[in-house]
Amino acid sequence: MHPAPSVILFSTLSGLGFGLLAWLCLGLPPVTGQVAFVFFFIGYALAVGGLLASVLHLANPKNAVKAFSQWRSSWLSREGISAIVALLVVAVFAIGVIFFGVRLRAVGAVAALLCLWTVFTTAMIYTQLKTVPRWNSWTTPPIFLLHALGGGALLAGQPRLAAILLIVLGFLMAWAWIKGDEKGRAGSTMESATGLGAIGKVRQLEAPHTGENYLLREMAYRVGRKHALKLRVITLVLGYALPAALMLLVPVSHLTAVIAIAAHLAGVLAGRWLFFAEAEHVQALYYGR
Amino acid sequence: MTTLPESTETKLGLVIDLDTCVGCHACVVSCKEWNTSNYGAPLSDIDPYGAEPEGTFLNRVHSYEAMPETGCSQTVHFPKSCLHCEDAPCVTVCPTGASYKREEDGIVLVNEADCMGCGLCAWACPYGARELDMLSGVMKKCTLCVDRIYNENIPEEDRVPSCVRTCPAGARHFGDLGDPESDVSKLVAERGGMDLMPEQGTKPVNKYLPPRLKDRPSEAALEPRHEDPSGLFAWLDKALEKI
Ligand code: SF4
Ligand code: SF4
Repeated sequence: MHPAPSVILFSTLSGLGFGLLAWLCLGLPPVTGQVAFVFFFIGYALAVGGLLASVLHLANPKNAVKAFSQWRSSWLSREGISAIVALLVVAVFAIGVIFFGVRLRAVGAVAALLCLWTVFTTAMIYTQLKTVPRWNSWTTPPIFLLHALGGGALLAGQPRLAAILLIVLGFLMAWAWIKGDEKGRAGSTMESATGLGAIGKVRQLEAPHTGENYLLREMAYRVGRKHALKLRVITLVLGYALPAALMLLVPVSHLTAVIAIAAHLAGVLAGRWLFFAEAEHVQALYYGR
Repeated sequence: MTTLPESTETKLGLVIDLDTCVGCHACVVSCKEWNTSNYGAPLSDIDPYGAEPEGTFLNRVHSYEAMPETGCSQTVHFPKSCLHCEDAPCVTVCPTGASYKREEDGIVLVNEADCMGCGLCAWACPYGARELDMLSGVMKKCTLCVDRIYNENIPEEDRVPSCVRTCPAGARHFGDLGDPESDVSKLVAERGGMDLMPEQGTKPVNKYLPPRLKDRPSEAALEPRHEDPSGLFAWLDKALEKI
């Protein structure tokens, strides 16, 4: 699949933002007043920035508001609604701690759940697609949730929690990669795509068009798969191992926190890039790819 | 509404005969012509006279080679457009309600006034049947020429999809696949019509008729004729023997 920068940024940043907001709403760290303002500001900036980046990805953004209408069937619609509702409920909690120094625990708990639910709906947009077997796996939602929770804990200054979550995430990620490689295109082949398997092996003789098109650009992306192994190592080391090690083994300071967060972000972006670039769509089979 | 109808009684669709298609791409051209000038936004071209022309199409013809274990391989031309699936994943993923499946005849359409161009429906389609138009920013797909088939302003013989009307080989058939007595349903039954990628669970309405197996030269050749000549040839034969 085409790794569109706007979508990679969106899913990474908004995930981090919702993760941070979830921890803040649970009182981790138990900040109030100005400090709380800064924390919530960062959380909102990431979450809202991510959402805006995803609107940039639309070819016809003037109809974006209509995306709130189809929550009955569409995970993308549910994501939009959940994000707005979550951000509103978080605001109630944030106003409490920032301006009044009161912690509305029940509101906070609901807000935290809504943040995580939003991340889950994002994950489900990918998980639901049978056409992309690598995404169509039970591992996708926990991976998205652990990214949000682990990265959010890093931002929220919760070293132990962050380290544990990132280590679990690292193992799950490695497992998902291996399983994804095994799964391939989940039994779809050029033979099943064309129905010509009864005659024999099928290969493409001529493409239907000589130039590029939307389908090839979007669904038959192949650049950079050969670097997959390197990028996986980068993701594991920078994204999870290094920040976890820093959090557990080095005395926590602002400097170590900044290094850990920067490494985590770089690693996660590499991993998210791979999430798209490595994912094969069954319709590319029609082009013999 | 992007929830799917429980089931539709009428299932309009195409039956494509892979045995007959000669790969002339006439259906591609006629589809583009009809659909760029009628329903919805035009099908744009990008860099049409330049070095890298490309454009939006609702129907494309692939060409494959099927290679049996022994013997000659078979060339198969393979037109592909939306299959108007009964369990259309492209419809349920749509967040805006732009994509829908009609209850009355099962046609899957995009309401362009609602589409935000997110492209998710194209991701959900296993067949590559939806293309985002780069100029208009909305999703384009086969409409089964919904503006022809019910159109009382055009002669009756034209009230079929443009591709069907155009195909010079007669490789494309249009009808109600929900009615077992229809010509298309009978054709499918007779020729063993098949679904593409049935493992995706989309239950496509359009069916493909498999190419017939080709003869082998050794089986197909005529027996050599041995006949004793008569008349002039008998005389020639004899004369030649004597020389
Ligand atoms: S062929 Fe693709 S676009 Fe058409 S109904 Fe099926 S899934 Fe949807
Ligand atoms: S591109 Fe348009 S029709 Fe397709 S899912 Fe998005 S809004 Fe719906």
